[in-house]
Amino acid sequence: MSTLKVLIKKEVLQFKRNSFLPRLVVAFPIVIMLVLPWVTTMDVRHVKVSVVDNDHSQFSQRIISKIQASEYLSLHSVSPSFELSLKSLEDGEVDAILEVPHDFEKSIATGFPKKVSISANSVNATKGSLGAQYLAQTLTGSINELRSSISPARHGDLFVIQNRYNPTLEYRNFMIPALLAILMIIITGFLPALNLVGEKEAGTIEQINVTPVNRFTFTLAKLIVYWVAGLIVITIALVVAWLVYGLTSVGNLLTIYAGAFLFILTISGFGIIASNLSSTMQQAIFFMFFFVMVFMLMSGLLTPIESMPQWAQYLTYLLPPRYFITILRSVFLKGATFYDMRFNFLALTVLAVIMNLGAALTYKKRSS
Amino acid sequence: MRANDTTQYIIEVNELTKQFGTFTAVDHISFNVKRGEIFGFLGANGAGKTTAMRMLCGLSYPTSGSGTVAGFDVVKEGEKIKRHIGYMSQRFSLYDDLTVMENMELFGGIYGVKSKPLRDRATSMLERLNFLGEKDTLVGSLPLGWKQKLAFVVATIHQPDIVFLDEPTGGVDPITRRQFWEMIYEASSQSTTIFVTTHYMDEAEYCHRVSMMVDGKIKALDSPQNLKRQFEATSMDEVFRTLARGAQRGD
Repeated sequence: MSTLKVLIKKEVLQFKRNSFLPRLVVAFPIVIMLVLPWVTTMDVRHVKVSVVDNDHSQFSQRIISKIQASEYLSLHSVSPSFELSLKSLEDGEVDAILEVPHDFEKSIATGFPKKVSISANSVNATKGSLGAQYLAQTLTGSINELRSSISPARHGDLFVIQNRYNPTLEYRNFMIPALLAILMIIITGFLPALNLVGEKEAGTIEQINVTPVNRFTFTLAKLIVYWVAGLIVITIALVVAWLVYGLTSVGNLLTIYAGAFLFILTISGFGIIASNLSSTMQQAIFFMFFFVMVFMLMSGLLTPIESMPQWAQYLTYLLPPRYFITILRSVFLKGATFYDMRFNFLALTVLAVIMNLGAALTYKKRSS
Repeated sequence: MRANDTTQYIIEVNELTKQFGTFTAVDHISFNVKRGEIFGFLGANGAGKTTAMRMLCGLSYPTSGSGTVAGFDVVKEGEKIKRHIGYMSQRFSLYDDLTVMENMELFGGIYGVKSKPLRDRATSMLERLNFLGEKDTLVGSLPLGWKQKLAFVVATIHQPDIVFLDEPTGGVDPITRRQFWEMIYEASSQSTTIFVTTHYMDEAEYCHRVSMMVDGKIKALDSPQNLKRQFEATSMDEVFRTLARGAQRGD
């Protein structure tokens, strides 16, 4: 016990004396929370539309003004010919073309409507398909209005969309909880790994290995410092989310912290494995970087796990951030309870045990 | 606490061998070190001195052979050995970002020295070296000679039975070397056994007994006087040259 105290004192002194780490712990969550929620957005806005108006009717005027009014769409031009609009699309000035055929308004009245065409640039598949959908929605709205002006009784909106849990459809609200996971990976996964390999490179680990210090105690002393740092970081990030975005957790904060702590245990254990298997900083960084890429892209951070191929979905069960991100999003946005999240907590606990056993087994005080 | 006080030898080594693949770094060496002795472990670069020493300190497993250090088995009881030894590596390995005093408190604390006696002992050791004024200096900013002396002080702060010194005076000026040997003699007078490697043959003369390692094997082991007589040499330097001439390894 007293050995642990001596070692923790050493780690705290080194942490404080480092010119970089204490600032990192404060600045990192603030910067991440201030910048990334704005840029990691999948919201598609300002889709530039060129309207080919062959109808010159009241209806086409109404469509044009609707496009101008929408925050998702912006009117690029009203062009006399499809070829001209297509040229703009090819040049990248326009994202989508809406072509209203000749006598469209009249054809509605006859009951045999002509077809309006939408052409979208789908090089960016998300923007293309969402842009086309926005246009289609706008169009449906206008057609419904037109129809009800002809015979009010027959036509109203046929469906109602309600966005539960994230009513304003803010992508930010979806991303902010997940960004906490990234912060934890870097502060409590990367940093202790680099610290431990740093001792290997400096040769100081040898002076420790020749003492009777227990390897668990030595590693634990390091980790405790980073665990505390991790909890400070997550607190700062939560405060920023509240002050800047007005986003607070719907569910219990204790559940969030419990998940965070389990995740910190898991990811720091993982960092220790990485450093045990590496003898230089470069090796450790590459090792960590590879897995962090996988974590970021496969844990449902940016893209929903449900849209991945089946085999990839099975793989995600091995990834600790998957569970932490699910817990964060569910508790934060839906107010899920600890009991609701029991499967995720259990999975994280199992992974924490595996990672830390791995960390203990790969640490060698003595070379063979 | 001294383990196994009844035997005369504090280190006993029998046919100790270390192989890295097909390369035999240490080749069936056998020797004993007496309690309280200053034992010089000499040899050219690459002769296998550091490898042998790392096995004795429980930092590396022997491929074959056996031995005891402070009464504990080098193969099975590495962690027990570590309670009774101090080790000063060839490469400076104290914490650069801790102060002189913090390093001493850290390593003393690890061995379980209580903080009050630890502080007293550290203060008196620094005082004797005229170094007390630097106790709050970061170790990283000290000149090499001082780093080496500090490393020795840290290696002996818990008053170990044996202290292993791997080229403690490498790259150090003659005055500091002299002071270093005074420190070694003082530790020895307090019945600490000294196991030291060096390349300076004048230092070999200061040892009670000296072993000469060539290509992983011990070629000679005796007191400096006896070795000089045996090889009809006037200095240890000559003894070394005679023995090392046949070496295949080294730079």
